[in-house]
Amino acid sequence: MVTGTFLPLIWLIPLFPLAGAALMLLVGRRLDPQGTHGHGHGGGGKAIISILCPGAILAAFLFSLGAVLELAARPPVERSAEVIVFEWMPAIGAPWGFLLDPLSSVMVLVVTGVGFLIHVYAVGYMAHDGGYYRFFGYLNLFVFFMLMLVLANNYVLLFVGWEGVGLCSYLLIGFYFLRKPAGDAGNKAFLVNRIGDAAFILGILLMFAALGSVEFTRVNELLRSGRYAPEAAQWLPWIALCLFIGATGKSAQIPLYVWLPDAMEGPTPVSALIHAATMVTAGVYVVARSNALFVLAPDVMSLVAVIGAATAILAASIGLVQNDIKRVLAYSTVSQLGYMFLACGVGAFWVGIFHLYTHAFFKALLFLGSGSVIHALSGEQDMRKMGALKDKIPITFRTMFIGSLAIAGIPGLAGFFSKDEILWQTWSSQGGAHRFLYVIGIVTASFTAFYMWRLMNMTFYGTSRTPHEVEHHIHESPKVMTVPLMALAAGSVVAGWVGIPKVFHFPESWPSLEHWLAPVFAGSEAGVAAAGEHHSAAAEWGLMALSVALAAGGIWLARRMYHHKPELADGMEQKLKPLHTLLYNKYYIDEIYGALFVNGLAKGGGTLLSRFDAAVVDGGVNGAGWMTRFTSSLSIWWDTWIIDGSVRAGAFLVKLASYPVRVLQTGLVGSYALFIVLGVILMFGYYLWK
Amino acid sequence: MHPVTTVHYLFLSAALLIVGTIGVLTRRNIVVILMSIELILNAVNINLIAFSHQLANVHGQVFAIFVITDAAAEAAVGLGILIALFRNKETVNADEVDILKW
Repeated sequence: MVTGTFLPLIWLIPLFPLAGAALMLLVGRRLDPQGTHGHGHGGGGKAIISILCPGAILAAFLFSLGAVLELAARPPVERSAEVIVFEWMPAIGAPWGFLLDPLSSVMVLVVTGVGFLIHVYAVGYMAHDGGYYRFFGYLNLFVFFMLMLVLANNYVLLFVGWEGVGLCSYLLIGFYFLRKPAGDAGNKAFLVNRIGDAAFILGILLMFAALGSVEFTRVNELLRSGRYAPEAAQWLPWIALCLFIGATGKSAQIPLYVWLPDAMEGPTPVSALIHAATMVTAGVYVVARSNALFVLAPDVMSLVAVIGAATAILAASIGLVQNDIKRVLAYSTVSQLGYMFLACGVGAFWVGIFHLYTHAFFKALLFLGSGSVIHALSGEQDMRKMGALKDKIPITFRTMFIGSLAIAGIPGLAGFFSKDEILWQTWSSQGGAHRFLYVIGIVTASFTAFYMWRLMNMTFYGTSRTPHEVEHHIHESPKVMTVPLMALAAGSVVAGWVGIPKVFHFPESWPSLEHWLAPVFAGSEAGVAAAGEHHSAAAEWGLMALSVALAAGGIWLARRMYHHKPELADGMEQKLKPLHTLLYNKYYIDEIYGALFVNGLAKGGGTLLSRFDAAVVDGGVNGAGWMTRFTSSLSIWWDTWIIDGSVRAGAFLVKLASYPVRVLQTGLVGSYALFIVLGVILMFGYYLWK
Repeated sequence: MHPVTTVHYLFLSAALLIVGTIGVLTRRNIVVILMSIELILNAVNINLIAFSHQLANVHGQVFAIFVITDAAAEAAVGLGILIALFRNKETVNADEVDILKW
């Protein structure tokens, strides 16, 4: 039995945002009547929405904080609270149950904490947009589903949240649905995610078939103890693979990452909340949650690592040359998610979650900062039309500066600790089997530093390239937007301090995410990362220095190319024209997918199917029709000549025989009377004659 | 004066029958044909009465009453048909009515 004030009631946490969403989507339109037309200016209803919706998230945050503190007060082995609300799908043993353990507590706090800040920011950002109530309704609904996802105690309920956040993602990407690209991007996100989701369902069903349970605690216990049926063992890699394919869809990994950059059509707070900080990390969460399963499927683990590393460098290289400020950040997100999978793939699950958690801060910050820039420039997103904004919007600049330092991996900030831990684990795990991936990771780190400082330099430094009329209106964002930026900037600095590497020799009492998460991953790390223990502290220091040097090099190069000598960038672009074109066009992946899957498989398959239809199906139908006509013509012949013929022949014979009789039937009464008389005379005559 | 015997009645009856039969066969006007039929019927009546008188048996007279009744009914039906015919065909001529054939 779960004891405590908050812990037995963790099922209430998702209900706060659900209540907000229900209120907004059912009666929000009445609260904010002008909002529907796109020029609402304040008003009482709008103020209610502005307080209520972020308030719901804050309430959820405080509630979860209370629950997590209660959890933390327990001894480590007992840090797991499972609350079953009701039996939901008894057939596959999936109750409507919630699980708060160290892993889900990290997720819950990130979702509600960062979510709250983004909600507050959105109050300012969306103030002049139409559909204010709709926006917050969807956003609250998203947080509800996300909390269901991270708090579920079984895969089926997790899948409910998984699909729900996908739906909200679709709705919010297409929020400006009057613009065609926004609608298209929403569809693309939804359709690409379907592929992953299909695999995910398959994974859940396979899991139930093989292990007989879908509850996290039960599945993990079965797998750790090895008490599953021997024939189930061959299925484990397939289950892991299916779940991972699902994760590549939701978390935008190769080959299903293409939807995320397009998802930037949504409002910027959405990009920050859904497509950077929370939803896209769901895949990482699932992999980490299923750690016991993945450890038993080493091939799939390697695949996760390879896919993660490949995605990281592919997305980062595309990000090097993009000009849309949000697209750079989108590719950066894809790249960072690749890091998280890399960490999970090499067996360092806690590091994946650690990076997820630090990334939530600095990427949300960078997105919100870019939103603030876009806001200041009246909607401009092209970095070639920015520049010299440093002093015009100083708060945005300073907070984004911190965020960029954090993501680039400058020591002391959040990104440094998590990224460096990933690189270190990649280097050291399994006796160095992943050294090649380490090289990819460290190259990606330098790319990251470069594209972030390219973004910073093009946006904030140098000379202004903004059109004159836009330049007039440049203004710092209101407090409601800058305060969340500052809060996130603070988070970007301190968030990493819970994962300080062991070589720093901090006291044992210093808070450590690794220790906090240890109960969840107990038994999984022993098999994979044990080899890391043998590496010397010197190696770790050396690698750390190398990654910092590469990050600094990236920053220096970007600053030189885009600030001190802009002509250098142009010259480079000219010299490496084919490479630049290739990167600028995103390796033509969208085009290849379009040709291969959309036009090739979908439309080409459609053509093939239509031919099959015309030839085989229609042919069969036409053939059957022809046969029917043929046999019916036979039976017409039979009818006409044999059946009708015999009837008519009979009639003809009767007619022929009736000719002599007919002559007598004149129709004249007189003649009949005559026949009667003649008959009578004949009769009498006969008798008289006799 | 010779007494009137049964044979006299039979001759009268035979004469009436022949007159009636010839009338039915030769006349065209349906009214006249009907009248000729009455003649035939009355010839029968005379026969019936005559033999009834001779044989002192009232059965013949009863039959005569039946025949008279029958004749009245037949005349009524026949004239009804005749009127209907005239309304539709504007004729009472039996020669012009021959639609009831093949």
